[in-house]
Amino acid sequence: MAHHHSTPTLNELVTGVANRLKTAGTGFYLMVFIALVVVLASAGTGLMAMIKGHENYYNVYREVPWGVLIATYVFFVVSSTGLCLISSIGHVFGVQDFMPIAKRSVFLSIATILSGFFVIAFEIKLPWRMAIWNVISPNLTSNIWWMGTLYGIYLAFMFAEYIFLLMNKHTPAVVCGFSGSVAGIAAHSNLGAVFGLLMGRTYWQGPYMPIYFIASAMMTGCAVIIMFHILGYKLNREEMPSDMQRSLEVTTKVGILLICVILFFTTWKLLAGAAGQPDGAYPVVHSEVVGHHAFIFWFFEILMGMAGPLVLFVLSRGRNLSMMLIASCSMIIGIFVMRYNLVFLGQSLPVYYDLGVNEFKGMLHYAPSVYEWIIAAGGFGMTALLFLIGEKVFDGHKVEHH
Amino acid sequence: MNKHIDFDKLQNEGVENVSNQERRDFLKMGLAITGIFAGGTIFSAISTFNQAQASDFAKKYPYNPHYSMVMQQHRCIDCERCVVACNETNHVPKVHGAYRTTILEKETADALGGKREFIPVLCNQCNLPQCTRVCPTKATYKDQTTGIVLMNIKKCIGCLTCQEGCPYNARYFNEEKKAVDKCNFCWDTRLSKGEKDTACAHACPADVRVFGDLSKQDDRVFKIVHQIERPVWVLRPEAGTRPNVFYTKG
Repeated sequence: MAHHHSTPTLNELVTGVANRLKTAGTGFYLMVFIALVVVLASAGTGLMAMIKGHENYYNVYREVPWGVLIATYVFFVVSSTGLCLISSIGHVFGVQDFMPIAKRSVFLSIATILSGFFVIAFEIKLPWRMAIWNVISPNLTSNIWWMGTLYGIYLAFMFAEYIFLLMNKHTPAVVCGFSGSVAGIAAHSNLGAVFGLLMGRTYWQGPYMPIYFIASAMMTGCAVIIMFHILGYKLNREEMPSDMQRSLEVTTKVGILLICVILFFTTWKLLAGAAGQPDGAYPVVHSEVVGHHAFIFWFFEILMGMAGPLVLFVLSRGRNLSMMLIASCSMIIGIFVMRYNLVFLGQSLPVYYDLGVNEFKGMLHYAPSVYEWIIAAGGFGMTALLFLIGEKVFDGHKVEHH
Repeated sequence: MNKHIDFDKLQNEGVENVSNQERRDFLKMGLAITGIFAGGTIFSAISTFNQAQASDFAKKYPYNPHYSMVMQQHRCIDCERCVVACNETNHVPKVHGAYRTTILEKETADALGGKREFIPVLCNQCNLPQCTRVCPTKATYKDQTTGIVLMNIKKCIGCLTCQEGCPYNARYFNEEKKAVDKCNFCWDTRLSKGEKDTACAHACPADVRVFGDLSKQDDRVFKIVHQIERPVWVLRPEAGTRPNVFYTKG
């Protein structure tokens, strides 16, 4: 751990970055290359869809207008909010054990939200209109409007916070971190409300979604923090210092708690949709638990996303890094599918289902097209790319000691 | 063994000896068949004469003219002239999933005398629309004069949240217009040009779609939705959007 007390000059910084990039191995550049190719393929596919018409490339349709790209966007902003909230325990609220994860987490919260914006730009049909009309024709009753606006503010605070962290300016960093957390919670609960306040969609409707989204973000934050910190040290071929190990140990404990919270939430969500067989929710819960969607739900969302990682985290005692890496990777895959389930299942019941008409007797189906998958992959490529470059440019996000 | 009943030789028992309970049971069976107990999806005024009126669904008629449509559902034969007229009048693209109005088909295997019924659907021009609440840019809005839910297509960002919010599947993304499209009671194509009805109502040969103004008591729509002889209901009242498209039959 470096112990700088004088601020380095710009020349020293540039030389440092250049040296780190020069000494990086072939493996590093191969990974950067792959990530870059994925991002470019994704951007190319997205632009092609935008120009030639989304309907020619995406499998979403009138009754299921939101597909894997919305799910991917939700996944990334969930991750970003979670990174912000979990890391704020240390550098905003002063819990020492969480301090070492601050820099990398704040950096990754910016990387993940940019990845989310990257994907949503190709999901929304006319994103350039959004830039204009969101500003000059705001609808204050719209959760989408609040979410977009608040995430914009959130991103600005996170940028400012990261810069202050780099400059070792503690007080403004705390102010920005706290403001970012507030904006993040407001933005993210509004994203939950985008789903939760739709009166005609019983599976989503109610206060559950905004609350679930915040708890779920914190759970995701733990997984992402654990995974990227372990990967960061592997990438830089450095031994993890004891204070960082302690940090991941407490993050693992918080992660265990939050997995239990989400398992608890999910249990009651399912029971509420089953008991009394409520119209609009029961057929969805049925397909989720025992029907057409059951394998995806049980294998990815429950086993890979929560139950498996819960066992591994407990067995790791927060110290067995290999076990924690496997658990967090599994969790991230599971959480991605969890977001997909949330977005798709809410739409899977036709609005005219209870009318009993021939056109809408069954559940709706949707499978993403290869183009949608490529664009979704671009989000992951972008996070990977920013992570890799960030490790070299910001020297493993080392935290200065005061 | 089949037990045949020879109807020709049966005596008419008359109705004098039918108990009130039997009358009620029979009526209940009829009501069940016509869908009043169909999972709470439709609400009928028949069981609460003089209590539930169209004005209860719409709460009040704040617009002038307060445009509305009543579907005389029993008259629909699914000829789809309404759909064709709508598509032509409003330049609806000829692609799958693009329509402003359509006719749904329901099997009524239990019903006496009929095997299916047809349910025309379109935008319900709700008094409390979800779509306008969720739109981030006010690209869709409730017209302050007529109550019609309109689109300002240049503001539409294509997030499709209005499609998610609509409990009536009344919206689709129109690739030609580059905006979400929906029924606007032919506002731009007919009403604003002095026509008195919509293309679909005009084209209907069976007088299914009755278009009118709920703010006028002598209007045909007002009279149909306020009579108490026949049931009047709306689709998906539980969504709470206070629709202005009503259904009746019988």
